[in-house]
Amino acid sequence: MKPRHFLVLAGMVVFSSVGDILLSRGMKGIGAVSLSHGLQLIPAVFNPWVSLGILFLLGYFVSYASALSWADLTFVVPATSFGYVLIALLSQLFLGENVTVVRWLGILLVSAGVGVVARSPHLTKDHEEAPAKVFSPALSAASEGNS
Amino acid sequence: MQSPLYTWLSIAFLVAAGTTGDCLMSRAMKHIGDPGEIMRQQGLGTVIRRMSMSGRIWIAVFFMALAFFALLFALSWADVSLVVPAAASLTFVTNALAAKVFLKENVDRRRWAAAVLVCCGVALLART
Repeated sequence: MKPRHFLVLAGMVVFSSVGDILLSRGMKGIGAVSLSHGLQLIPAVFNPWVSLGILFLLGYFVSYASALSWADLTFVVPATSFGYVLIALLSQLFLGENVTVVRWLGILLVSAGVGVVARSPHLTKDHEEAPAKVFSPALSAASEGNS
Repeated sequence: MQSPLYTWLSIAFLVAAGTTGDCLMSRAMKHIGDPGEIMRQQGLGTVIRRMSMSGRIWIAVFFMALAFFALLFALSWADVSLVVPAAASLTFVTNALAAKVFLKENVDRRRWAAAVLVCCGVALLART
């Protein structure tokens, strides 16, 4: 994997963790939405916390789409689960939350899972459908020159 | 706080829609290619045009939007510390299954072990 690929995975971790926290903050302010009043979710999108959460989740979407273009789904999804560990550690460091023994065990298991998948190749299959060709003017000029 | 049945139904719907969206997005992006490489060679406009003209991307986005609204319902009914880890831990297993069956990925023992370890870890994080 190239350094840029690691940056994309790190971007996924940060965008999804922060986005989830912002959405939660916004939805708690709005209160419970019943299924019979589902349209109440539309104004919820304009709540500042929810809007900011959506922006972060858009950043996550872009990073996620990029990662899926060069790695397996079963590589990308566990590799970015490190966000849960990040949230637990940050909540202890900056919010003073108590991280219990059970939680530390959870952190250990998630880290082990990320470690296991990180040691496997990021792409295991040659895809039958070749990626759409990238037009390169330099390559095109060279091939014309050869013919 | 809504009935736990509603919460778990919304989590189940979120997992099903999310897994469908993930598989469709993976297939679409393998077809389109690495946006970073395309942008370097042809510019951002080509990336946006290629992605916005892909029908597969739009179907994937539709399922992801369904999952997003299920997430909003679930978050309004229950705590984020239950909803997000519970949905995520279930999604690890359903994604591995769907990737093997529909995307024909080589989900070997190592990948299964990673999915199960992360799934158990996230479930433990959700208990507190």
